[in-house]
Amino acid sequence: MDLNYGEAAEAFRKEVRGFIRQAWQPGELRGTELKDYIRSFRRAAIDNGYLYRSVPKRYGGSEQPVDVIRAQVIREEFGRARAPMEVGGNGVNMTVPTLLEKGTEEQRDLFIRKTIEGDYVWGQGYSEPGSGSDLASVRTKAELSADGGKWIVNGQKIWTSQGMQSTHMFMLVRTEPDAPKHDGITYLLMDLNQPGITRRPIRQMTGEQGGHTFCEFFFDNAEAPVSWQVGERGQGWYVSRTTLKHERASIGSADGLGSQFRKLVELAQEMGRIGDPLVRDRLVEIEGRVLSHRYTSFRLFSCAAAGEDAGPVQLLMKLLLTEIGHDIALLAQDLIGEQGMTEPVGAGGRGPRGPRGPNKWLDQIMGSLGNSIAGGTSNIQRNIVGERGLGLPRDLAMSAEK
Amino acid sequence: MHFHLTAEQVAIQDAVRGTLNEAWDMERLHAFADGDVDFDADSWQALMALGIGGLALSEADGGAGLGLLDAALVCEVAGEAAAPGPLIGQIVAAIAVAHCRHEATRALLPGIASGEIVATIALDSDLVQCARAAHLFLAGDGAGGLCLTAAGEGVEIEPVTATDRSRPVSRVRFGAATTYPLFSAGDPMVQRVRDAALILIAADALGGAQHCTDLSVEYAKTREQFGQPIGRFQGLKHQLAHMMLDVEPARAQVWYAAYAWDAALPDATRVAAMAKAHLCEVYTRTTRAAIAVHGGIGYTWEYGLNYWFRRSVHDRAWLGSPAEHRARAAELAGW
Repeated sequence: MDLNYGEAAEAFRKEVRGFIRQAWQPGELRGTELKDYIRSFRRAAIDNGYLYRSVPKRYGGSEQPVDVIRAQVIREEFGRARAPMEVGGNGVNMTVPTLLEKGTEEQRDLFIRKTIEGDYVWGQGYSEPGSGSDLASVRTKAELSADGGKWIVNGQKIWTSQGMQSTHMFMLVRTEPDAPKHDGITYLLMDLNQPGITRRPIRQMTGEQGGHTFCEFFFDNAEAPVSWQVGERGQGWYVSRTTLKHERASIGSADGLGSQFRKLVELAQEMGRIGDPLVRDRLVEIEGRVLSHRYTSFRLFSCAAAGEDAGPVQLLMKLLLTEIGHDIALLAQDLIGEQGMTEPVGAGGRGPRGPRGPNKWLDQIMGSLGNSIAGGTSNIQRNIVGERGLGLPRDLAMSAEK
Repeated sequence: MHFHLTAEQVAIQDAVRGTLNEAWDMERLHAFADGDVDFDADSWQALMALGIGGLALSEADGGAGLGLLDAALVCEVAGEAAAPGPLIGQIVAAIAVAHCRHEATRALLPGIASGEIVATIALDSDLVQCARAAHLFLAGDGAGGLCLTAAGEGVEIEPVTATDRSRPVSRVRFGAATTYPLFSAGDPMVQRVRDAALILIAADALGGAQHCTDLSVEYAKTREQFGQPIGRFQGLKHQLAHMMLDVEPARAQVWYAAYAWDAALPDATRVAAMAKAHLCEVYTRTTRAAIAVHGGIGYTWEYGLNYWFRRSVHDRAWLGSPAEHRARAAELAGW
């Protein structure tokens, strides 16, 4: 075992550090000036091969060979300098990889550059009020227009993060109502700025509402060109399963969890509870799981760097992170005590500044519940671990379904 | 950067597993558990023939030149098999002797490395594994240091009924016995020897917990009720998923603790305490869950799960409970 990245990586680190020192000097810039500065910084970072490494140059990426260690060094150095990285979001994480794998040349030309430059913001149109964990039961319907050139969409999508900012949506729609449920779905791209689409923010349990919360969308004869369908008609379910593994292994979530745990220790100190043997015991017990997560992330990263399959352990990471989040929430709730009876200004993303004071932990305490729902609920994760990780027989209801 | 097992490390585990599959099957475990000896010479010799006694010693000391990490991988497999013998004591004693400067003590090294001299741990408790078979006891010197105490005159051994039937303890009292000095109080090796023992116990717990998970999964695939393999039912499936969630990520924590010991990292002592505490909790939870998954058959003596349950009771209490090590870890963090 050796946790050093090696000499070549350290030489590369120097190079990245030198670039950032010279290229990232935002100083006192604000507003549009800062936006323009960030845009040109990203352009320079792409020219140096630091961002959008899996995106071909002709679509605006830097087209670098897969190298998870270099990717990690870049994340660390940009993070250290608080320099902007890729724009992130569903567009970069989902639309771009899907188009690279399954899209047409026209779709790639139309969407990838605008997405990675942040001009297009993508909402995910998967869940519906009647289709949660059973996603393949989606009922939002798309029918061809009389001339065969357009899909006409009717129905409803829900839980769309960044929905109020989204310019576009990638969505699953039912196009073959008579086919078995997984084979009747088409993957469609949609321009959200058109008549026939209504969007509405949904207020979250944290109180979060308005521009930054998740949304529901209503489609009433909304239109998308047939050329915006990704993959074959009826094959949308399988298109949506596309996951690009390119440099995805990182120890980013372990670092995030580590810093969250350090803040929990600071909270115990701030509340004068760090000397309490019960608090100390619970802290270390949680840290035992934090370390398991951390070093398993290193293990996955190491396997990826060596081009080896880490095996079923990777199926555990989301559930593990979620479970640790619950443990942290429970202890934080005890630590803030009576302070938890009031909400601070700015809680739940309301207001321009984040909340301050011990009761700002209410955001984590409630947010940890969201983590056990979003992106595959914890009970679905347990099924996945049991069935794919341990090879247990598939749930009867699911294997018998049509 | 390398933080997963190498092909050589996997091969070491396979070799130990293969040896124990032959030398230590359930039939022998049953016979041993109901017998009245605390040591099984056949399986001990088979393991020692693989060079395990000297695994973590340098080549100059006649060892394999590997590290505590490799020793932990071996102890993990021993935990899987509920192997008998004071394996952890043997490996830790070999490391201690190899690091000490006393000539008379160092003269014991070839015998310990080959396994002819059997060494066990007699620290913090008078209940000692395999004491009747041991030639040497790794013990405190009464002044904060460590020594090896020779069996024989001045060492009184009282057999007791041990909970862990695979590594039975006896009650040991030391009088005016022959001792070999290792390290005086204040020598950093005193703590390092203890840390090494904690990490190897964590590895034993990891192997045992993995074995109980594997048995449970296998049982859930074959046992049928309501016309179905019981592993199809979500209640059981989720219980098994949580066993895996507990055990598999903890593996990398054992690796890190052993790696930190080998590299003498600043956090080595703290992560040894963390690993001992965490893995013993995992082992306790997993053995309990395994018996729940099995139902009635799991509660029988015959099926054998109880041997791992009993071993988890021993590992948990051995050299300090999880709560004690968590308290140490909090202290070492400077909280």
